[in-house]
Amino acid sequence: MARAVKTRRKALNTALAWAVGVLIFFPILWVVVLSFKTEGDAIKTPLEVLTAPWTVESYGVVQERSDYVKHFFNSVVISVGSTLLGLLVAVPAAWSMAFVPSKRTKDILMWMLSTKMLPAVGVLYPIYLLFIQLGLLDTRLGLVVVLMLINLPIIVWMLYTYFREIPGEILEAARMDGAGLREEILYVLTPMAVPGMASTVLLNVILAWNEAFWTLNLTAAKAGPLTAFIASYSSPEGLFYAKLSAASTMAIAPILILGWFSQKQLVRGLTFGAVK
Amino acid sequence: MFLKHTIRAVGAASVLMAGTAMAETITIATVNNGDMIRMQGLTDDFTKKTGIDVEWVTLEENVLRQRVTTDISTKGGAFDIMTIGMYETPIWGANGWLVPLDDLPESYDVEDILPAMRDGLSHDGTLYAAPFYGESSMLMYRTDLMEKAGLTMPEEPTWEFIREAARKMTDREHGINGICLRGKAGWGEGGAVITVVANSFGARWFDMDWNAQFDTPEWKEALTFFVDMMNESGPEGYATNGFNENLSLFQQGKCGMWMDATVAASFVTNPKDSTVADKVGFAMAPHKEGVSKKANWLWAWALAIPAGTQKEDAAKKFIEWATSKDYLALVASKEGWANVPPGTRKSLYENPEYGNIPFAQMTLKSILAADPKHCCEKPVPYTGIQFVAIPEFAGIATEVSQEFSAVYAGQQSVDEALAKAQALTNDAMEAAGYR
Amino acid sequence: MATRHSRSAARLMMAPAVILLLGWMLVPLTMTLWFSFRKYLPLRGGDLGWVGFENYVRFVKSASFWPSVQATMTLVVGVLVITVVVGILLALLLDQPMWGQGVVRILVIAPFFVMPTVSALVWKNLMLDPINGFFGHLARSLGLQPVDWLSQASMPSIIMIVSWEWLPFATLILLTAFQSLDSEQLEAAEMDGAGPVARFFYIMVPHLARAITVVILIQTIFLLSIFAEIFVTTGGAFGTKTLTYLIYQRVLESQNVGLGSAGGVYAIILANIVAIFLMRIVGKNLDA
Repeated sequence: MARAVKTRRKALNTALAWAVGVLIFFPILWVVVLSFKTEGDAIKTPLEVLTAPWTVESYGVVQERSDYVKHFFNSVVISVGSTLLGLLVAVPAAWSMAFVPSKRTKDILMWMLSTKMLPAVGVLYPIYLLFIQLGLLDTRLGLVVVLMLINLPIIVWMLYTYFREIPGEILEAARMDGAGLREEILYVLTPMAVPGMASTVLLNVILAWNEAFWTLNLTAAKAGPLTAFIASYSSPEGLFYAKLSAASTMAIAPILILGWFSQKQLVRGLTFGAVK
Repeated sequence: MFLKHTIRAVGAASVLMAGTAMAETITIATVNNGDMIRMQGLTDDFTKKTGIDVEWVTLEENVLRQRVTTDISTKGGAFDIMTIGMYETPIWGANGWLVPLDDLPESYDVEDILPAMRDGLSHDGTLYAAPFYGESSMLMYRTDLMEKAGLTMPEEPTWEFIREAARKMTDREHGINGICLRGKAGWGEGGAVITVVANSFGARWFDMDWNAQFDTPEWKEALTFFVDMMNESGPEGYATNGFNENLSLFQQGKCGMWMDATVAASFVTNPKDSTVADKVGFAMAPHKEGVSKKANWLWAWALAIPAGTQKEDAAKKFIEWATSKDYLALVASKEGWANVPPGTRKSLYENPEYGNIPFAQMTLKSILAADPKHCCEKPVPYTGIQFVAIPEFAGIATEVSQEFSAVYAGQQSVDEALAKAQALTNDAMEAAGYR
Repeated sequence: MATRHSRSAARLMMAPAVILLLGWMLVPLTMTLWFSFRKYLPLRGGDLGWVGFENYVRFVKSASFWPSVQATMTLVVGVLVITVVVGILLALLLDQPMWGQGVVRILVIAPFFVMPTVSALVWKNLMLDPINGFFGHLARSLGLQPVDWLSQASMPSIIMIVSWEWLPFATLILLTAFQSLDSEQLEAAEMDGAGPVARFFYIMVPHLARAITVVILIQTIFLLSIFAEIFVTTGGAFGTKTLTYLIYQRVLESQNVGLGSAGGVYAIILANIVAIFLMRIVGKNLDA
């Protein structure tokens, strides 16, 4: 009896959760569907769209018009590069905050986060001028540096919360055994922090991949990532739903797939150590 | 004959040079309109002729503007050629930011470019950008619906006639709206349309002392007329419709009439995209009875070289190629005459093959009717028809058109919008030091 | 505990991050401050000299200023409320036993991976467009008049788009929090006769406090600088002009860098007020 009730409840939960899940996912699903239709079919009613023949025509048009591989490559370099560089700077900082905390640690953390609140539009001119002076305009290096700086507070904070979870006694034991600071970080801390670092890397790759203001405004032909690629499909003349859908699918698919495969790490990454 | 040989020889030499020396690469920023995308596809022809490689940065119009303006005003040098409009060219030219195009070779035949286009892209008589395509505005209408309504479209209709015809054509049951016009906020979108409509009602943006004129009866009449007509016969939600949305509506047979850019003619008559391709007629942009100015605007997308680029010569070669008569012939040979970038050269309209195209003569007539130096019935201190060629205009007009769009969406009254427009325009002009 | 040696080492290790961020903050900030006191018009010859506080006065006096602050607040608070409330409900649902939980979770977190430009384009065209959009078709097939969302319900539409983007984030954090809830405590409460509502408010909500704090903190940081979603959908029309967007209009559309920079300084002040406010609650909730 109780078992039957339980099964019924489970079925109800399942139905409800799936309904909500599909509802949330629907816009993305619809983009993928439209990307495999002709322009003429893409604007028809949903029923007509679904019954219309499938085609990869739009992908061909998009590929012919813009160099997807180049933009994709730039996106990879910029998002991975900025994350790794950020890690390099953030690990020591987070380490010292977690293991040698001072009264001001929390203030410094909050201050770091608050630098993210600067409105990017307001400083476009200063940064643009600076980039010209430094010869960084339209270079991947320039974007790697900027995105690293933008995401650094998040990286530091996430690492800090992971490091804090590592029991200090282990480090002290290592220190007793004569491990120096470097050994301590390399052989004791890092292995324990790998899962946390993986989550951090993932989340920041996603954030950098999706950053659309600086990546668009500081690039031209050479360093433009997928955010620049998509900017040429937003409202051209004539029908454009299928092409827009194809370009959108191409822009989000890599990160979507990466995200899905690494879901577990990511979920942990997203919790910011707020929940144990 | 001799000339031809020389050109060929020069061409061959440059190919040789390119082969032996270095393959130069120029970067071009352009807008994602159909004609530009076609040009992108034909780049190989240019590279073959000159040995110069081209890298394209194709962006949506608003993003492009923001991108190239930032770059040129900071002398960033990210681009060797920028695609800019008739609004930017005189302002940037006056600032010395563009390379003057005063040494184009004879074979290019500058004189062949329509005078209105040349004027609009010059500052102090010097050409600063070469028109890639040019446009005015005209009325496109459905001949079948017109017939059904028992009306005949005059060549130069009045707004009163248009409103009446729109009312008769409207058949909301079957999804047919008598008239489609842009209502989308943005100075180049709905802002351009309401400005030319106002011009054709005898209004103007500024008087000779740079006072905003939104408090005049002409503006009130124009805006009231526009809103009333669109509420009677316009499509649902026209407050967010721009060029592209209207094009799509018209192509799907959901508009009886549409006043918009002349370049739209080739899209609505193209049977591949348009369901009404064989039922489209053309007329001059309307005007109010008794007003001499019609709702004709003038616009060109043009190619310009930012001063300070290292690759000025290569960039010039590209501009000569892309805006030449040969380029028109090249497009015609690949895609047919109807797809040639229109509105820039006299010779195109003298070409009998092009003249046969249904919209060619109306396009030319509309362009010739537009005078960027005299937009309005009353005298004005500015050049430009649907815009005012001062640096502050884009910002002001975008805000003004946002107020108007709020009227179209039924969120405020005509009077409220005009009062706000008047205040914010005068305020901005004061900030800029005009008043 | 920590020796003086390790303290100085710690400072040294923190230095690169702090110095870099200090530079990233100070260089643009100084330049913004400098420009905000100048008449800087790139299209009129650039820097035209000192104007004192004129830009600051003009920016605030503009009719768009207070509405833009209000729009910013509406957007931030609207998205926060929706994501937290719906996030709690969704997390509660996902925490129940069910078939195919992994797949559902994948579906729910997907929007988080979509770049803001793309999600704005997709929502604007494929979903909300009254003529060709999905909702328009749906309304017509039900015999209803399609709604022009972006002009008739512009702010709610943008709040919805942004909430869609951030709901996965909130849901995941809250879900993890639910999963760590002590089931014995809940059972004990049930034995004591606490109903489901009482259990939710007296045990679950307090337990979620920290997670909610994190959601609010991180989202606020990102929401204050929302730009692409507005740029793509309404372009600031129909009352969706936030402070960030107003600054964009001043700097890039009107090409008045001085005026825009003054706006930037206001935005920084606003952000700091929010930051201090957040720090109070976060400091309290995160310490444990």
